[in-house]
Amino acid sequence: MSENLLEVSGLEKHFPITKGLFRRQVGAVRAVDGIDLQVRSGETLGLVGESGCGKSTTGRLFTRILEPTAGKIVFDGKDISHKSFSQMRPLRRDVQMIFQDPYSSLNPRHTVGSIIAAPLQIQSIPTPQGLKKAVQELLELVGLNPEHYNRYPHEFSGGQRQRIGIARALALRPKMIVADEPVSALDVSIQAQVVNLLDDLQREFDLTYVFIAHDLSVVRHISDRVAVMYLGKVVEIAERDELYKNPRHPYTVALMSAVPVPDPARRDRAQRERVLLTGDVPSPINPPSGCRFRTRCWKAQDICATEEPPLVTRLEDPESHQTACHFPIVEDEQVVGRRPASTPA
Amino acid sequence: MSKERPYLEVKDLTIRFETDDGIVQAVSGSSFTLEKGQTLGIVGESGSGKSVTSLGVLGLHRTRSNAKVTGEIWLDDEELITATDEKVRLLRGGKMAMIFQDPLSAMHPYFTVGSQIVEAYRVHHPGVNKKVARERAIDMLARVGIPQPERRFHDYAHQFSGGMRQRAMIAMALVNDPQLLIADEPTTALDVTVQAQILDLIRDLQEEFGSAVIMITHDLGVVAELADEVLVMYGGKIIEKGPALDVFQQPQHPYTWGLLGSMPRLDRDVRDRLTPVKGTPPSLINLPDGCAFHPRCPYAGRNGNRSFTDVPLLRDAGLGGPHLVACHLPPEERTKIFQQEVLPNL
Repeated sequence: MSENLLEVSGLEKHFPITKGLFRRQVGAVRAVDGIDLQVRSGETLGLVGESGCGKSTTGRLFTRILEPTAGKIVFDGKDISHKSFSQMRPLRRDVQMIFQDPYSSLNPRHTVGSIIAAPLQIQSIPTPQGLKKAVQELLELVGLNPEHYNRYPHEFSGGQRQRIGIARALALRPKMIVADEPVSALDVSIQAQVVNLLDDLQREFDLTYVFIAHDLSVVRHISDRVAVMYLGKVVEIAERDELYKNPRHPYTVALMSAVPVPDPARRDRAQRERVLLTGDVPSPINPPSGCRFRTRCWKAQDICATEEPPLVTRLEDPESHQTACHFPIVEDEQVVGRRPASTPA
Repeated sequence: MSKERPYLEVKDLTIRFETDDGIVQAVSGSSFTLEKGQTLGIVGESGSGKSVTSLGVLGLHRTRSNAKVTGEIWLDDEELITATDEKVRLLRGGKMAMIFQDPLSAMHPYFTVGSQIVEAYRVHHPGVNKKVARERAIDMLARVGIPQPERRFHDYAHQFSGGMRQRAMIAMALVNDPQLLIADEPTTALDVTVQAQILDLIRDLQEEFGSAVIMITHDLGVVAELADEVLVMYGGKIIEKGPALDVFQQPQHPYTWGLLGSMPRLDRDVRDRLTPVKGTPPSLINLPDGCAFHPRCPYAGRNGNRSFTDVPLLRDAGLGGPHLVACHLPPEERTKIFQQEVLPNL
């Protein structure tokens, strides 16, 4: 369990902003801006954060759909940071991806059968009982009717399409699956079915998941460890229970307190304890100096603007719990009802 | 005006659409009431009829020739289904207003946000000159927490961030002091921190203006935050209805159990497995016979075959309160199942 399947260090992805006829670069969107992270074999690592925090870009770097601007990605002992498309091909067997939108991630002109068979054909995987049989087994595995082999994606509901995407990702029996918001486009009851399916498959095939989502309750349910991202950085990472019990970073605290609890009896308490963040996430083109969260943080002081807090373990925390904050939340701190002074103009 | 009728009363509302594939039974026989200052939460999955109900109240189906609407909708002692188009047009945006899920498609891309708010105001206040309307619009933008409203007044919708755009739409909906505000998934497209801001804003504004709010959402958490009363819809019908506290603490319908079982919750310990409803929601063109939920209900056979043939009526859940449920299970058995089989897994 402790062996790392994937290790990234100093990972950066900057998307250039160009201008004019000669596409002169005038700036960059710093989507991912220096991440060190390990994914252990067999675990589920949850990546959470608000839109624009770089969690999807991170997922795409892990699968090398994108090439990093800087930093290193080591998968299964091999450095894959700058491997070419064809060099990556054999490795694609081991890393697969499930996408958020089950509508745009399946080719509408291909049958389900050919969609799921494609990875097997591209990788020239021998299928002793024939391709069709292999695909039908996969369909059954994800809870779809194998008879529907010849149907097109539009004949399926959203939840079923997501299952097709999962079957495709499983076809090559990968070691790791990066799931980018795999359930956020689905209805509540269907969401839970897909979460349970992912759980079962992980047990059956000993899969390693990187689960990217903005829904903190789903991430808590499925993950072993959770990393919280903000503006291209990991601000806090810990074992699941540790993180949800003792969040240290003010952003993590705010994020958790904002999740509505389905219990009207706790309504008043939830509202009292809520830390309301003002304003929006700043632009990743020109992120704030020092700590990136300081513009929305109620604990920010001068040092936060000048010095970037490193991601470190605090003395009283277990070693696996790291926080990037100058003034982390301490035990029993009265964050309760703390609302930032006013809306910044 | 006599004040015997509730502020909003919907009676036996049925909405059907005739399509090439058949008749879509979007809403069948919905009845509910809402008083000023109160919030009604309507919960359901896609295709449960929750949005169509709200569009029906606003009379937005009127332009569609294939829509058949029957029943009664009383708003402040006026019946809306039989009212003239002109009458409804004056109410819409005035006395009743709506916040949509996606503000980018609800706002015009070619006009500035400010000019759209001004237009909404002047339509309902014909005598008002531009300058006064402009001040009113800027005032509303400031009220919903948009920084530098004078400057933002001249911006287009695409220049706003998601949360700010949602605020601008709320400003537009509230510019005429509506007494009835319908919010259709107002926070679904937003991040949790922004969602918390918007829910807070809706709550504050409701306190300030005393309006009646209908909150439509699939998120039980959002409903628990705001609603006084909750309707759960399935297959175009209301299947459970009651005070929010009762519905969440003693849910009565197996579908409501399934919805609660589907949600991982931050306020409870991590469960090993979620306990969702099996299967998928029914097509509204071809609803199952009997109880529309029976193909997905684990308890459908427990009480004879009535679930397969008879449509259960919405009636007293047997808890001695205003809690209603449409289920064939006898109250004692329902309570027993909930306590023994469902609650331990929630």
